[in-house]
Amino acid sequence: MTVSPALDRRFREAAAAAGLLDVAYDLTDSPIGTLLVATTDRGLCRISFDPEPDRMTEELARAFGARVLRAAGPIEPVRRQLDEYFDGRRKQFELAVDLRSAAPFSRDVLRRLARVPHGEVTTYGALARAAGRPQAARAVGTVMNRNPIPIVLPCHRVIGANGSLVGYGGGLERKERLLKLEGALDNTLL
Amino acid sequence: MSESTGHFRRARGQSPRALKAAPQAAPPPFERFYEDHRAAVLGELRRLLGVQAAEDAYQETFLRALRAYDRLRHADNLRAWALTIARRVAADQHRRRDAEPEATEPSLDTRPAYAELGELAGALPRKERAAVVLRYGYDLSYAAIGAALGSSEQAARQAASTGIRRLRRSMQ
Repeated sequence: MTVSPALDRRFREAAAAAGLLDVAYDLTDSPIGTLLVATTDRGLCRISFDPEPDRMTEELARAFGARVLRAAGPIEPVRRQLDEYFDGRRKQFELAVDLRSAAPFSRDVLRRLARVPHGEVTTYGALARAAGRPQAARAVGTVMNRNPIPIVLPCHRVIGANGSLVGYGGGLERKERLLKLEGALDNTLL
Repeated sequence: MSESTGHFRRARGQSPRALKAAPQAAPPPFERFYEDHRAAVLGELRRLLGVQAAEDAYQETFLRALRAYDRLRHADNLRAWALTIARRVAADQHRRRDAEPEATEPSLDTRPAYAELGELAGALPRKERAAVVLRYGYDLSYAAIGAALGSSEQAARQAASTGIRRLRRSMQ
């Protein structure tokens, strides 16, 4: 018995509208590849470059609760703002984020990261100092690598003290693309 | 990890009843449960109710399942669990068909698209907002809305009606 797309969509959207989901997610296209975007009732909780839905839903269920369902409605504002960002029409995201699943130090660093403006870069060391842990540049690197909400929390704007791009959870090519889009590549060694 | 191994080791030497107490896998993400069982649920509902009525019962079945899902402590026989809910929903529909016809319901003169309705209803109390959006945005039955809200069909009808009246007052 095949479930028609209309019937299927109606259930997914009704489930979201009824407030019954721990996590709603959907896939969205972008110039740097398909992204998996997920939200909770508190805000955006995940952007993944590797939208392998099975693995992602398991991970989301462990972090936020088992009621994880693909539904387009709740992620629509995120999709819109991402489109505007990639079109060059948006320099700042206006989205609530849910960092519940991050450890306290990570959360603190990610909040500071969120304030690094479009078109600028900072360094791992500078972020560590801002977080009151000047020796923790490596730990900041790990936090960047595991950033649950890349692009919106701009870990691509964090580079090495010598100007090299160092690394990126989504691959260095994507980091370069994002910095180029923001006109910030001049600030790096590239 | 070592704890659960120890549990199984103890359980092996005991009666079958003790095995039942062994830790079980948690339910999968709802998405997987839904994808694995939706076709079977729709098939069963069509068999019991016919093609038309099955569509509404489908919404109600999975909304009920979703509502109960975070209390589910195991991943066993989820197909049977889904079909049990579907059969209960079908039985409820049969009962309602036999009872008196649906009372008249409040209606909007024009039915805005659900996105617009969601915004309009944004200021309503949570239950009323959900009832209004599900009824007039998604055209769900009151039984399905009751399932989504964890209340009765009658309470869902009441919440939608109160919500609509409140909306009308606020738009005047």
